[in-house]
Amino acid sequence: MAHVAVDPNDKEAVMIEKTGYDDHFHDHHHGDKYQSNFISHYIFSMDHKIIARQFLITGIFWAIVGAAMSIIFRLQLGFPEADLQWIKPLLGKWIVVDNGIGSLSQEFYYALVTMHGTILVFFVLTAGLSGTFSNLLIPLQIGARDMASPFLNMLSYWFFFLAGAVMFYSLFLNTGPFSGGWTGYPPLSALPQASTGSGTGMTLWLISLTLFVVSVLLGGINYITTILNLRTKGMSMWRMPLPMWAFFVTAVLGLLSFPVLASGFFMLMFDRGLGTSFFLNEIFIQGQALDRVGGSPILYQHLFWFLGHPEVYIIILPAMGIVSEVLSVHARKPIFGYQAMVLSILAIGFLSFIVWAHHMFMSGVNPFLSNFFVIFTLIIAVPSAVKVFNWITTLYGGNIRFNSAMLFAIGFVSMFISGGLTGIFLGNSAIDIQMHDTYFVVAHFHIVMGVAAFFGMFSGIYHWFPRMFGRFMNETLGRIHFWGTMIGAYAIFWPMHYIGMAGVPRRYYSFDTFESFNHFGPMNQFITIAAIIVFGLQILFVINFFYSIFKGKVMTEKNPYGANTLEWTTPIEAGHGNWPGKIPVVHRWAYDYGKDGREFIPQIEPMASDEVAGDH
Amino acid sequence: MKVAAIEQKSFRNRIHPHKFALYVAFASIIMMFGSLTSAYIVKNAAGNWLEYTLPNYFYASTAVLILSSVCLHISFNSFKSNKEAAYKILLLCTFALGITFVTLQYYGWNALFNVGVDLKASVSGSFLYLITGLHAAHILGGIAAILVAIVHAFTLPFVVTEKRKVRFQLVLHYWHFVDILWIYLLIFLLVCK
Repeated sequence: MAHVAVDPNDKEAVMIEKTGYDDHFHDHHHGDKYQSNFISHYIFSMDHKIIARQFLITGIFWAIVGAAMSIIFRLQLGFPEADLQWIKPLLGKWIVVDNGIGSLSQEFYYALVTMHGTILVFFVLTAGLSGTFSNLLIPLQIGARDMASPFLNMLSYWFFFLAGAVMFYSLFLNTGPFSGGWTGYPPLSALPQASTGSGTGMTLWLISLTLFVVSVLLGGINYITTILNLRTKGMSMWRMPLPMWAFFVTAVLGLLSFPVLASGFFMLMFDRGLGTSFFLNEIFIQGQALDRVGGSPILYQHLFWFLGHPEVYIIILPAMGIVSEVLSVHARKPIFGYQAMVLSILAIGFLSFIVWAHHMFMSGVNPFLSNFFVIFTLIIAVPSAVKVFNWITTLYGGNIRFNSAMLFAIGFVSMFISGGLTGIFLGNSAIDIQMHDTYFVVAHFHIVMGVAAFFGMFSGIYHWFPRMFGRFMNETLGRIHFWGTMIGAYAIFWPMHYIGMAGVPRRYYSFDTFESFNHFGPMNQFITIAAIIVFGLQILFVINFFYSIFKGKVMTEKNPYGANTLEWTTPIEAGHGNWPGKIPVVHRWAYDYGKDGREFIPQIEPMASDEVAGDH
Repeated sequence: MKVAAIEQKSFRNRIHPHKFALYVAFASIIMMFGSLTSAYIVKNAAGNWLEYTLPNYFYASTAVLILSSVCLHISFNSFKSNKEAAYKILLLCTFALGITFVTLQYYGWNALFNVGVDLKASVSGSFLYLITGLHAAHILGGIAAILVAIVHAFTLPFVVTEKRKVRFQLVLHYWHFVDILWIYLLIFLLVCK
């Protein structure tokens, strides 16, 4: 094999050299030519570590855009009388000036709501979260040189980029972007004449999301194949760190549910462009009957939510996996109930496919059919509760380090409990009659999959930032970011439960004509102010992120947290192929913390002769 | 840009990772056609359904497609057993049969159109064109892959290596897959009218 000089003080490298497996990877010289110039290194890179950073930074860009949109429509909801002329340089004609008072145009309000949902759900919490951490961690934690197909991996990022470019372009259309809600229900999405955004805006929305589906599929194929085929010696499925299980099930969900969305999109494209009537029946536009019969808009809802429900688990499962790992590492304790954690991930994955119609209780679905979906929806509480109890018991009696990564992981557990409990309300079809399409729903899903998933993502970014950039993020700013966001997120969404229970509908432009909702004005102002403060804190995070890439505290040792997993055995500047010499061999599970009088025992260390495996 | 494939050793099983990735992709294609056919069943049960008979072109195209699968399989076996001529000729035959399949599908659509089953007349017709059209798109993808295989066959020196066998198998398995997919779709369209 190619000679690699091993520093005798580098105990991980010595261990790998001693017990590792020689796969002759570095005998082939393509490893060195691979990242030969700027374009192949940073742009069309096929190294999973670079692709992960591409996903992350693109995700951050979209998060800022999506969050800024929410601030603009929150201004409208909190301060409907305020003069918004100062945003005119940014929004142009979408600020309508009347008697010297500028207000947000109603069409654009709906467009903002729609784009906020689309961007956050797909571009940030799917691509930005699962795309980033699946790419970064899968090869590193299972001990692989790279993904099964680095080329498809590169394509996956660039399809995502293209999807983003098309969506971004649609924001600047004269008729505005699509404005019929992020779910794109027909007939608003099927008939170009339905609203201004339903024309070119919707066409671009469809193109963008179809490209996005391609990106998810290419990524998912890679993640699944890599995890199942390229684990290093000794890394059995039951020895994988929990993020691996989470990313694996996430990829399976994406792979099986996104094609269903794609077929719904194809039918929608046919309805829009070729005059078919898959989703259209007996529609009147301005008193004129439309010559399109035989279809059913409910059919689209079924196809959409067959993706849509697994999609929320595609968002939350990676966060759960990241949190499990971070909690265990920084509590210096093995994760409690490892097998139960894995089985609950699998159970959640399975159940996510048979609950989609709980989004459609009020769409005219047969109530007897609803019963079936109510039962399975409520059963999801069981594996979710198993996970919550295991996280709490992992913390119990731990030697906890309260750093930013850990704080966000604990915050995730808090958010997941608060948001999950309201899911039990909404999962009942009877209670949903009152709650559907109110701010209660908005509060529920923002806490449980919006804020919670973001907390998981922040936790992962703070934790693996040194692995990505060789430097640490600023801890003080990180803690300010955490406490502000934790309190601020509850300040935003807690009052919304109350407003929602009173029946205030979501997505309305203004409530000034509803006598019964007038007294919520001050509460809406409070929510808006909290949202602005939280947005400011996220900007602080972004500043910390980019500042730390260049000026953060330098990482001086390979394994700064004393973690067991394989990603901390690679060199700080890990090149192509991840490990310079042999590939590490795994001898134990990933959670041997506080065992046999030792603080941690890395996975690469062979079992002592009289040692009992930690997972038994 | 240099496309450097990484050769990684798999300790896990005897399936090459690229083949495994292809099988995973089949799962997602199955989900797509599965969702279309279940949407078809739901719409069919809801009524307002125009019944039609499938033109004979579709049966002919089925025969052609099965024949092409057989051709490609024999071509692969010839490649493995060092029979260069048979390998190349049968590969070309597969390509020709693939094109014939798409052409016959086109004639089938024309025949349906001529008896009044067009894209817009009824949802039943819309479904037929969407499902068979998407399938034809997948066939075209397969034809593109076969074309690449042909370019390889006629430009690279004839050596049977493990790498080339895997590459050929990727094309072969995909082609068998879209073949079986079509048989399923045909039976489905015959059973659910």
